[in-house]
Amino acid sequence: MTAFKAYRALQALAMPALLVVALALTKVAHPDFGAFDLQSLALGALPLALAAAAQTVVVISGGIDLSVGSQIAVANVLSASLMQHASFTQSLLLSLLVLAAGAAQGLVNGLVVAVSRIPDVVATLTAGFIWGGVALLILERPGGGAPPAYLNLASGQDFGPWLPNALLVMIVAIAAIWLPIRFTRIGLLIYAAGSDPVAAFRSGVNVRDARTLAYVFSGLACAVGGMALTMTTGIGAPLAGSYYTLSSVAAIVIGGVSLLGGRGGMVGPVIAALLLTLAPMDLIFLGIDPNYGQVIQGSLIVLVVMIAGLFAYFQDRK
Amino acid sequence: MQGSLIDANRPAAKSPALFLKAVGMGGASPLLSIRGVAKTFGAVTALRSADLEVAPGEVHALMGANGAGKSTLVKIITGVFPADSGQMSLAGKPALFRSPAEARRAGIVSVYQDPALVPDLTVAQNMRLARVPLDAVKAAMRDLGIENVDLETKARRVDFAILRLIDLARALASKPSILMLDEITAALPADLSDRVFAVVREWRQRGSSVIFISHRMAEVTALCDRATVLRDGITVGVTLTQGAQEKIVGMMLGDEVAKAAATPVARRPLAASTKPPALEVENLSYGHMLNGVSFKVQRGEVLGVAALEGQGQEALFDCIAGVRRAASGSVKADGERLNLRHPADAIRAGLVLVPANRLESLLPQRSIQENVALAGFGRLRDWGPIAFGAERLRVGRAVTKLQIDTRAAAEVRRLSGGNMQKVVIARWIAAGFKTLLCFDPTRGIDIGTKRQIYALLREVAEQGAAVLLFTSELPEIRLACDRAIVLFGGRISGEMGAAEASEARLMRAAHGLPHADSAA
Repeated sequence: MTAFKAYRALQALAMPALLVVALALTKVAHPDFGAFDLQSLALGALPLALAAAAQTVVVISGGIDLSVGSQIAVANVLSASLMQHASFTQSLLLSLLVLAAGAAQGLVNGLVVAVSRIPDVVATLTAGFIWGGVALLILERPGGGAPPAYLNLASGQDFGPWLPNALLVMIVAIAAIWLPIRFTRIGLLIYAAGSDPVAAFRSGVNVRDARTLAYVFSGLACAVGGMALTMTTGIGAPLAGSYYTLSSVAAIVIGGVSLLGGRGGMVGPVIAALLLTLAPMDLIFLGIDPNYGQVIQGSLIVLVVMIAGLFAYFQDRK
Repeated sequence: MQGSLIDANRPAAKSPALFLKAVGMGGASPLLSIRGVAKTFGAVTALRSADLEVAPGEVHALMGANGAGKSTLVKIITGVFPADSGQMSLAGKPALFRSPAEARRAGIVSVYQDPALVPDLTVAQNMRLARVPLDAVKAAMRDLGIENVDLETKARRVDFAILRLIDLARALASKPSILMLDEITAALPADLSDRVFAVVREWRQRGSSVIFISHRMAEVTALCDRATVLRDGITVGVTLTQGAQEKIVGMMLGDEVAKAAATPVARRPLAASTKPPALEVENLSYGHMLNGVSFKVQRGEVLGVAALEGQGQEALFDCIAGVRRAASGSVKADGERLNLRHPADAIRAGLVLVPANRLESLLPQRSIQENVALAGFGRLRDWGPIAFGAERLRVGRAVTKLQIDTRAAAEVRRLSGGNMQKVVIARWIAAGFKTLLCFDPTRGIDIGTKRQIYALLREVAEQGAAVLLFTSELPEIRLACDRAIVLFGGRISGEMGAAEASEARLMRAAHGLPHADSAA
């Protein structure tokens, strides 16, 4: 039993350890790595971390959300077009509107998947096209903007050069989404629905509601991600979201969330988002064509899934 | 409603009220009352007309052969799925539950055959999920003798038997007025079973009712007050259990006994053979499912295997066919010991399997021709182009021989169940084999096709092959086999010639009871 607990502790520390090793290797490869690079890492990883958070909640509930990127795009163009001529205070109020829109998007996704019983892959893939179209309707070409004070929320360095705002926003936003799930009955329902819907149903869980709720959380996380994209890039871009759909799936797989549902946490996917952003930066430092980034990302996923599978195999044999 | 209960074909058809008087419980008004509940799944009728009355403070057994509809009835009562028709009332008031959660609130809780605990949550989290107070669960776990289970363990890591007891503890903790136990003792060692019985008796003392489903006759007569017997989805009788073993077996069998006199397929007596048996199984074990099973099948012989659900028959067939690897024991074909690591090893040795799920071994979107030829590809030509001419010839012969309806030949999935089954058998006839392993080949097949399949098995045997036939329909043993073995709890509990394999005798052995003559 103690050996098992030690193993669990090791498992929990594996991802943070991997990040430390990756940062150390980066420092070796590029001795000049400093506050500026940390800032660009945090800026680059912020929207991806929120996309991964969105995907994590849905996948734990036993579904998948292939409209994450389009939802982020909608929140991005919506905020950039609404806030273009707004004051800072107005922008904060408009943020609430964007959040509500995100939750509504998630609710629609969730109801389509849970009530109509269209397979989640089909439902969210088509929802992705629809939200993508909505993003183009809101803002035809990249543009818009937000007051500098608003952009500064994520792109500033108010707490010193080694603690970029983007990192703080990441921590606060993800904690705000994850803690209510993890430490209330909601999380229990979401994990139960994803782990074994039949057993959950027989235990008295309303599986349909639990899965719908997961999509609502996903919509909220995507809305934050879209606004973060506005803050870090300064504009709204209707096509910028597409990168995040598949990258969010990559991040959760690397982060130890089982695509079968019911297993995984939030720390892993968020760290995976940082690693996936760090990899192409390292390639630039090493003078390698950054287009190799995709190759590295793919190889990394296969490697991580293989290692995780190996761990599970030996665990079962014990 | 009452009118539909009277059925000339049912010997014991009386109204439930009459039953109650007949068995001395007429005084108490029933806590749970179910009338004429029916349920169909697609083309399959699971329940035709089920009646059940449970008195307060009663342990009531629900009995019936495989597929009689017991589990379906339990799931309808607890709201897992709705009934198509019929009525249910709880304490005199009409009741209808749309989910297990609703049934739980009304005081009806079931422990299903597969534990309803979420594998990735800890035991304690599972209790919170069902909103059951942890203290009450701990008390119930003490009563059941499993208080040493760590509540912070994930359900996935808990043994199956213990998990069922935890499920039971959770059910007890919600203090139900009616507790349903579906085969609770099936996976339990004897000492834990005794704990369960003690708890059930205590529960009765408190005035709560228990609905108890079990295949183990001895448990039922020792523990239960009354039994309701289902057959083919119809309630055929209610009886006090005390000393009623034979009566219950009789009710479970029903008119089928009379039908057993139906003429068996013509068979020749086996010539005494000096050759080693076509199939010899020695001391085969697989986990707790199969414990030291040994038997022989001669060339030209059809050996029947009879068993209730989950007595190890799946493991037996899978081990012989190389689908699963046996933990110990040996399988010999023609006296030669086989090393079975893969179905291909078994097929090479001439042991071929016709599995229970026909679609498991067919390519549903492909043609009859391709499906039949598939198994023979290894022989026709290992690599390179397919010899279509030879293939057509062999397949054509097999199709004609089995009288397969070829109107829907382009896609196997369009065929009827009976014709699909024939395609599975035809592929082995086309490919050639020495021993045919048939797992419940006539399940869900019409009577005409069933006859053809029996005749086919006999013909295959007469041409020198051996056949091992598991069937869930006991009369088939007499109709198609030369000899039969009965499995109970992973062991052979009976062996007899076809002439002696009456349903009553098979049923007794299948319940682990000694033969009637020796019991008396």
